[in-house]
Amino acid sequence: MKPPPFEYGVAESVGEAVALLQRYDGEARVLAGGQSLVPLLNMRLARPAALIDLNRVRELDFVRASGNTITIGAMTRQRSVERSPDVQRQNALLHAATQNIGHPQIRNRGTMGGSLAHAHPASEYQAAAVALDARFTLAGPSGTRSVDAAEFFVTYLTTAIEPDEVLTEIAWPALSPGAGWSLIEVARRHGDFALAGVAATLTPDARGRCAEARIALFGVGPTALRARGAERTLTGAALEGGVFDEAAVSAEREIDEPPSDVHASGEYRRHLVGVLTRRALREAAARAGVATSTGVA
Amino acid sequence: MSEAMAARRTVSVTVNGVAHERVIDARLTLVDFLRGELGMTGTHVGCEHGLCGACTVLLDGQAVRSCILLAVQADGAAITTVEGLATGGQLHPIQEAFMEAHGLQCGFCTPGFLMAVTELLEGTPDPTEDEIRDVLGGNLCRCTGYEAILASVKLAAAKLRALRGTVAGDG
Repeated sequence: MKPPPFEYGVAESVGEAVALLQRYDGEARVLAGGQSLVPLLNMRLARPAALIDLNRVRELDFVRASGNTITIGAMTRQRSVERSPDVQRQNALLHAATQNIGHPQIRNRGTMGGSLAHAHPASEYQAAAVALDARFTLAGPSGTRSVDAAEFFVTYLTTAIEPDEVLTEIAWPALSPGAGWSLIEVARRHGDFALAGVAATLTPDARGRCAEARIALFGVGPTALRARGAERTLTGAALEGGVFDEAAVSAEREIDEPPSDVHASGEYRRHLVGVLTRRALREAAARAGVATSTGVA
Repeated sequence: MSEAMAARRTVSVTVNGVAHERVIDARLTLVDFLRGELGMTGTHVGCEHGLCGACTVLLDGQAVRSCILLAVQADGAAITTVEGLATGGQLHPIQEAFMEAHGLQCGFCTPGFLMAVTELLEGTPDPTEDEIRDVLGGNLCRCTGYEAILASVKLAAAKLRALRGTVAGDG
């Protein structure tokens, strides 16, 4: 058998899961869709004393749209998110992020909460959450607390979830009215982990100037990160070729040394950040209905 | 809690319409359960970490990787494996199509492809090429170069549509 031995139990509610986590005092892990955790078990990179299965916790499987926010239960399958008309209507960036996760066979089983809690730096959900300032609700022994994306992702594979807490839901602000968006990544094959990627939204004002820019870079550091300098460059500027080049140069300079590995050198990843930022901004501007005639891809 | 925490559990599943119950280690993956406990070796085990898709089965009608699903998690579920496609010695139209359009060479990856395609054509009888490619992207084949597999899926879709048309016409 591939995985190391562990005790296994099925939680029927969030309260039960939290009580079990407390009982194992940091030695247990919750099991969501298992699309990241079970490979780690198979390779024996994870050796928890116990797994607490959340797959029968019905209260965590929902997509709820209200006003300017879509709240999604942590155990909602990525396939359900992908097919949700509310998500498609209110948050095209989140829909695109979902479609870029693995393959349909992975999304049938994988959950939104599981992906976010795994916190892989090349995760499309992490990039979308950082770009849009999603909020995370965590349930623990003394009740629930809410943290924002900047606080939630601590570093590579590490989040703000305490050992006796469960991620229960994620609140996604809708894209601003009139906003354009883009999610672009480079991977050797579709469905592979991105070597580098960019999630961006641009909101133009009535005169075609940038009222708000949001840019998240992913796969190039311990967590997805906002390119704040590039966002400042764009804000207030006319949305056309020259400013996209400036923002791309800025994004390239804002990241620390990206990881070098067998898949790509750090230098290549940094180069991709510039290219992809420029392309993402042009695409977002086009989707926002702003003509972008100048500049090169 | 439905049951207390334990390293061994009883699992009841229906595989291709037949009910099975076993007491197993919680760490047993579904593919090892199918092959080792039930002796159903049609489901192949390739990479064992969710990448290659050779182990794809249907779990309550949805294509999933059985190497990264614990067998205990399938408790109460209906599973379809490649052994469940043919009926009474008659190949399933998808299997026929793969044979006729040369959608396999060594055959190692084929059970996974067949199950992924089964789910696709169940929900999307007339898929676009992009929709087919999206699903095939989840399975690795190291022999065929995929073009013949793509042709097989198109042929399978046509066969199934023709069959459904006949059934509807008869009704």
